[in-house]
Amino acid sequence: MSKNTFTKGVKRQKLWDLPDNEVTPETVFKERRSIVKALGLGALGASIPGYVQAGLFDLFGEETPKNVFQSSELAFQRNSNFQLSQALTPEDKVTRHNNFYEFGTSKQDPFENAQSFQTEPWSLTIEGLVDKPIKLDYDALYKRFALEERTYRLRCVEAWSMVIPWVGFSLASLLKEAGVKSSATHVAFETLFDPDQMPGQKSRLMGGGIHYPYVEGLTIAEAMNPLSFMAVGLYGKTLPPQNGAPIRLVVPWKYGFKSIKSIVKIRVMDKQPPTSWNQLAPHEYGFYANVNPQVDHPRWSQASERSIGEGGLFSAKRIPTEMFNGYGDYVADLYKNLDLRKFY
Amino acid sequence: MRLTPRGVWWFKVLMHLMFLTPIAFLAAKVLTDNAGGDPVQYIIHYTGMGALNALVVTLVISPLAKRLKLGFLMQTRRMIGLYVFVYASLHIFAFVSLDLLFAWGFLLEEVVKRPYILVGALTYIILLLLAVTSFNRLKKKMGRSWQKLHNWVYLAALLAPIHFYWSVKSEIIEPSIYILICCGLLYLRKAKFLKQH
Ligand code: HEM
Repeated sequence: MSKNTFTKGVKRQKLWDLPDNEVTPETVFKERRSIVKALGLGALGASIPGYVQAGLFDLFGEETPKNVFQSSELAFQRNSNFQLSQALTPEDKVTRHNNFYEFGTSKQDPFENAQSFQTEPWSLTIEGLVDKPIKLDYDALYKRFALEERTYRLRCVEAWSMVIPWVGFSLASLLKEAGVKSSATHVAFETLFDPDQMPGQKSRLMGGGIHYPYVEGLTIAEAMNPLSFMAVGLYGKTLPPQNGAPIRLVVPWKYGFKSIKSIVKIRVMDKQPPTSWNQLAPHEYGFYANVNPQVDHPRWSQASERSIGEGGLFSAKRIPTEMFNGYGDYVADLYKNLDLRKFY
Repeated sequence: MRLTPRGVWWFKVLMHLMFLTPIAFLAAKVLTDNAGGDPVQYIIHYTGMGALNALVVTLVISPLAKRLKLGFLMQTRRMIGLYVFVYASLHIFAFVSLDLLFAWGFLLEEVVKRPYILVGALTYIILLLLAVTSFNRLKKKMGRSWQKLHNWVYLAALLAPIHFYWSVKSEIIEPSIYILICCGLLYLRKAKFLKQH
C-alpha cells in the first residue's frame, strides 16, 4: 500500500499556469473503416464471431486505425499526495486495452473504433439538487479548474490492473462550485448517447447487451471523497477517446466499471441512481463495487490480479489484490457500518 | 461424389491449411503487437472460439457426408477432431501460462470454485481421452468400447457451448446461437440415441 498521507484540501494550482492555446486538440475527423464493413464478412460464415471476423479483416491490412486521435499537451501540476512507487503501465497499453462497450466488447475494439470520435464541441452539465447548475463546454473542461496529475492504480472487475497517471481535478471541487443541497444523498453520471459515433449503442451484438446510455453513481460521501477525480487527460495529454474523452470519472478504490467515461451529465439526487452493470447482472455487480479480495465475483476470484506493466506477453505479474485497491486509508471509514459482503 | 486417393490427399491438405492458418494469424498478430495492448484475453478468446468452431465442424461432417454422399469427408473427421484438441490445448495453455502465470494451486481452486471453468475442464478431459485413443492401433484393440468412448463427443458438444455461455460477462446472443447449433447437430443424430435404448 502506498505510504502517502493525505493532507486535507488539495492544493490548487495557480490559474496562470494554464496556457489557453494548448487545450484544443487538432482532431482529425475523417472517414475511417466502418464496423459495418468489418461485420459484412459475416456473410461468409455466421459461425465466425465478430471479433474473429474483425481480426481476420484486420489481417487484410487495416489493423491500425488510419487517423489516430490527436491528443494535446496539458498544463498541470503534479499532486505529490497522490503518487505511487509502482512502475507505470506503458502508455500504449493504457490506450490499447480498454473496456468501453460503446465501441465494442473486446479489449482492442475501443482503440480500433473510437479514433474519429468527436469530443469538440462537448457539454457537461451538473444539475439536480444543486444551488447553481453548471454547464461546462469543451474549453471549460480544461480551464475552469486547475489541473493536477495523480497516479492511481486501476483494478478492473475482470482481475487485471494498471497504474495510470491521470490529469484532471477533484470531483469535490466541481460539486462544491455547484453547491450541493443538504437533501442530496447520491450523484448520478451519464455517458454520451450517440449511436452514430458509438457503434456499440447501435448494435446489441457489438454493445454487449448493455442498456445505453451507460449510467453510474456514487453516494455523496464517496463523491466528496478527495480520491474521486474527474480526469481530462492521461500521460500529460488530453484523453484519447478509448479512455473516455473528453472527461471521465476515476474512483480508484472501486472496480473500473464505476469510473464512467465520456460524461455528459452529472445529476445530484436524493436517492440511489440506477447503474448499468448492476442493472444488467445485479447478483454479479453491486452499486458499491468496491475492490475487495474477500468477496469473489460469482464466476471468478477477486483475490489476485494480473498486473499489466512493461514488457511482452510473459512479463505480467500476478499480485494479491488489496482491500479498496490499497486506498483504505482514504475510504475505509465510509463503509464501516456497511456489510461489504451484502453491499458488494 | 467420390474422390481419387490423390483428391482425398489434397482435400486433407486443404483442411490442414484451414485449421493452421488461424493459428499462424494469431501468432503473427501477437508477434507484430497487433492483438491489443494486452493480448492475453485476446489469445484465450481466439483459441477458445477456434476449439468450439472446430468441434462444430467435426459434428457437421457425418450428417453432411451422409446427405450429400460425400464419403471422403469421413476421412478428415479424425484430423479435425484432433484440431479441436489442439485449439483447446492452446486455449488452456494460454489461460494457465498467460493469465494465471502458472499458479497451479490457483487453477485447481478455480476449477473447483467456478462452474464455467469446471465445465471447460470436463470438456477438455473428454477431448483428451478422445485424442489419445484416436490412433488406429488403439481403435482396433479397443473394439466396441472405442465407439462407446467416442460417443462422449456428444457430451462435449453440449458442455463446450455451455462453458462459453457461462464465461461471457454480458451479451449472450452469440453463445446462445452456439448452444442452438450444437443441439441441432445432436438432434440430427436422434435415431442413433434412440437405438441405444
Ligand atoms: C480446463 C479447461 C478450460 C479452462 C480452464 C478454460 C478457461 C476459459 C477462460 C478463462 C475463458 C475466458 C473467460 C473470459 O476471459 O472472458 C474461456 C472462454 C472460452 N472457452 Fe474455455 N476453458 C477450458 C476449456 C475449454 C474447451 C475444452 C473449450 C472448447 C471446446 C473452450 C471454449 C471456450 C470458448 C468458446 C470461450 C469463449 C471465448 C470468448 O468469450 O470469447 N474452453 N475459457
